[in-house]
Amino acid sequence: MTRKKRRLLLIGSAVAVLSVALGLVLFAMRDTIVFFYGPTELAQKNIQPGSRLRIGGLVKEGSVERLASQQVRFAITDSNADVRVSYAGLLPDLFREGQGVVAEGVLQPDRTFVADKVLAKHDERYMPREVADALKKQGVWQGGETAGAARP
Amino acid sequence: MIVEIGHYALVLALALSVIQTVLPFWGARARDASLMGIGPVAAVGVFVCVAIAFGALTWAYVTSDFTVRNVVENSHSLKPLLFRITGLWGNHEGSMLLWVLVVALFGALLAVARNMAPGVLRADALAVQGLISLAFLTFLVSVSNPFARVAAPPAEGQDLNPILQDIGLAIHPPLLYVGYVGFSLVFAFAAAALIGGRIDAIWARAVRPWCLIAWVFLTLGIAMGSYWAYYELGWGGFWFWDPVENASFMPWLSGTALLHSILVMEKRDALKVWTILLAIMTFSLSLLGAFLVRSGVLTSVHTFATDPGRGLFILAILVFFIGGGFALFAWRAPLLKTGGLFAPISREGALVVNNLLLATACATVFIGTLYPLALEGLTGDKISVGPPFYDATFVPLAMALLLLIPFGQALAWKRGDLADAVSRLLFVMGVSIVVCLAIVFIQRGGPVLAVIGLWLGIFVFVGGANEILSRSWKRGVPLSVILRRAAGLPRSAWGSAVAHAGVGVCVIGLAAQAWSIETLATVRPGQPAIVGPYEVVLTDSFSRQVANYREDVARFHVLRGGAVIRTVDASKRFFPARNTSTTEAGISTIGFGQVYVAPGDAGEHGLGVRLYWKPWVLLIWIGAIIAAIGGALSFSDRRLRVGAPTRGRRKDMAATNVPAIATVAAQ
Repeated sequence: MTRKKRRLLLIGSAVAVLSVALGLVLFAMRDTIVFFYGPTELAQKNIQPGSRLRIGGLVKEGSVERLASQQVRFAITDSNADVRVSYAGLLPDLFREGQGVVAEGVLQPDRTFVADKVLAKHDERYMPREVADALKKQGVWQGGETAGAARP
Repeated sequence: MIVEIGHYALVLALALSVIQTVLPFWGARARDASLMGIGPVAAVGVFVCVAIAFGALTWAYVTSDFTVRNVVENSHSLKPLLFRITGLWGNHEGSMLLWVLVVALFGALLAVARNMAPGVLRADALAVQGLISLAFLTFLVSVSNPFARVAAPPAEGQDLNPILQDIGLAIHPPLLYVGYVGFSLVFAFAAAALIGGRIDAIWARAVRPWCLIAWVFLTLGIAMGSYWAYYELGWGGFWFWDPVENASFMPWLSGTALLHSILVMEKRDALKVWTILLAIMTFSLSLLGAFLVRSGVLTSVHTFATDPGRGLFILAILVFFIGGGFALFAWRAPLLKTGGLFAPISREGALVVNNLLLATACATVFIGTLYPLALEGLTGDKISVGPPFYDATFVPLAMALLLLIPFGQALAWKRGDLADAVSRLLFVMGVSIVVCLAIVFIQRGGPVLAVIGLWLGIFVFVGGANEILSRSWKRGVPLSVILRRAAGLPRSAWGSAVAHAGVGVCVIGLAAQAWSIETLATVRPGQPAIVGPYEVVLTDSFSRQVANYREDVARFHVLRGGAVIRTVDASKRFFPARNTSTTEAGISTIGFGQVYVAPGDAGEHGLGVRLYWKPWVLLIWIGAIIAAIGGALSFSDRRLRVGAPTRGRRKDMAATNVPAIATVAAQ
């Protein structure tokens, strides 16, 4: 095999692998990406039921209902709009009323949300960033992100 | 007083790192051996000073010195001693101090390890390493001082995030940092080679041990982080494709590619420019990881109190080193003499394919990690890229790579024979297919992709074992001779075989998770819940006060066929200092599998639990540990040979770098 042919083979295989990878990435980008919305955005944007989403905000005070067989219902609010969420499973430790939460799942035709994953903060000092941004948009953010550090 | 000594030592380290950067570099240009000789001394000095600073802060933590802000914010006098010490790096300032300590450690190791590299190269590498120390020390001293005092010391600290109060914090970050930062020295060598304009097999020989150390620790660090997440977060998952995990995985992928391309460079004097590029990329990805994790761009358990000023400073360091590295590369690389091309069907050809696939896989992870950030910056849309993305992009590439591993191992250097390699692998294929089918038969089938994954794992594992077998076994030769031959094989051959077998074991563990079982149940005492082949029964629940938390424990029996085989405790812990609770899953190991009990809330219907049966799940981490052992074996081989270069080679080196080499050799 000549030097030129070898070089062509090398470049050719590199191009082939990269284009396969690019194809996979573009294909995956279309189907696997999950958008994040706050309750107000969800109400404003006309999002098709059945699509997979993440929604985030605060767990509305007094909205948490625990039903039998690990079913939980609660509302996510940004004080302007609410989304009713139902979820089957264990809630994270820091899931509390009035605290930030992110739920991932599917929007139903009746505009409620069936979550299959509920994420809360890892630490009481921080708010999930998306939630903080969504709350800032609604003007209910009090800037408590560094509240812990402000303590003596 | 001790805290002031620590602070002073940190500033002194900063000053010494300036010396470490400037003098050896100048000496290398002026060919002045005494100037170059200051480099190692300064490097050891920087390390000693940073170690004193680290010791002083440890002292403040151990004695719960609540006049230090860092201690106040992250410690509590009731915390057990181990967690008081590990709390040091469970926060922003302390973790950056640990980072600097490891940077300085590698500088000092290079300074102490004589004969590992030719003089000018070593001087330049020390200078670049000094520059990295300098950058991060400046960061610490100016905006992230771990020794800052508080005006009014409180009586009690605010405690550490309870999730971090775990033995995992003692293991995962130090291992990971040694891995991450180990690649800084590889970067320093690459920059030094570009400055000196000379890269060859000697460079590869000098760099490979460092690359191996970094790779071994990064592998262990990632694996231990994964196991920690698995048992602590209570979701039964071990890898979430979280950006923070990806931040450590990208340097691993790129570092693995580098490890293989260095081999080609050492043996065949080829792929030189690409290897240098990979060395720069690997450390760039390490820095990117540090930036993503520490700057507050991403929110995760790894993000400590965020401060935009710090994020910008780290970004500046990142831009300086990545930009500087690539600028140097663009300027000097065209001057480097490129190595020859080689036959596509050969060991080196296979290693090129390995590099191609690893680099591409790394690129898909890079896109998945940074695309959401870029999109949010550009359009404001918030998206998350989760496991489905990586399943569709990374996994196929990784599978192709796994499939090719045994073929690459079976090919000879220079001119391989594919037909011969395939015929040698027929045995491996046969064995792996039979074993895989047997497992699938016992499990009564399974998803196709998982079966393929399982086969790939077994194929790679048997392929690794076959590496040793085919080089020592011959028909009619007595067993004792075979064993002696196997033991006589070079350590690097064993290292490669063991590392690849470890990858195989890990993949078997990953594939086996397709057979794992998850059940959600509400249990009352005495009422069994079924998970896979086991029954789990709640037998007892009680509360107890431990150190700095209160714990509600639920005790379960694990039964098989009506007989109790294990007792396992799951609990909820409440930490009053932070008004926070954590869940401790109850995990019981049966063979290589685990029964995993995650407790939920107790209600009027009983206690909510999530139960998992995870067959062979331990193989994932055992495989990673085996792979790391393989790396260590390979390293032990290198050290023997690199430490004692042959006379002829030394003369050869001396001919080009006469004054420098002569003095270094005379030291």
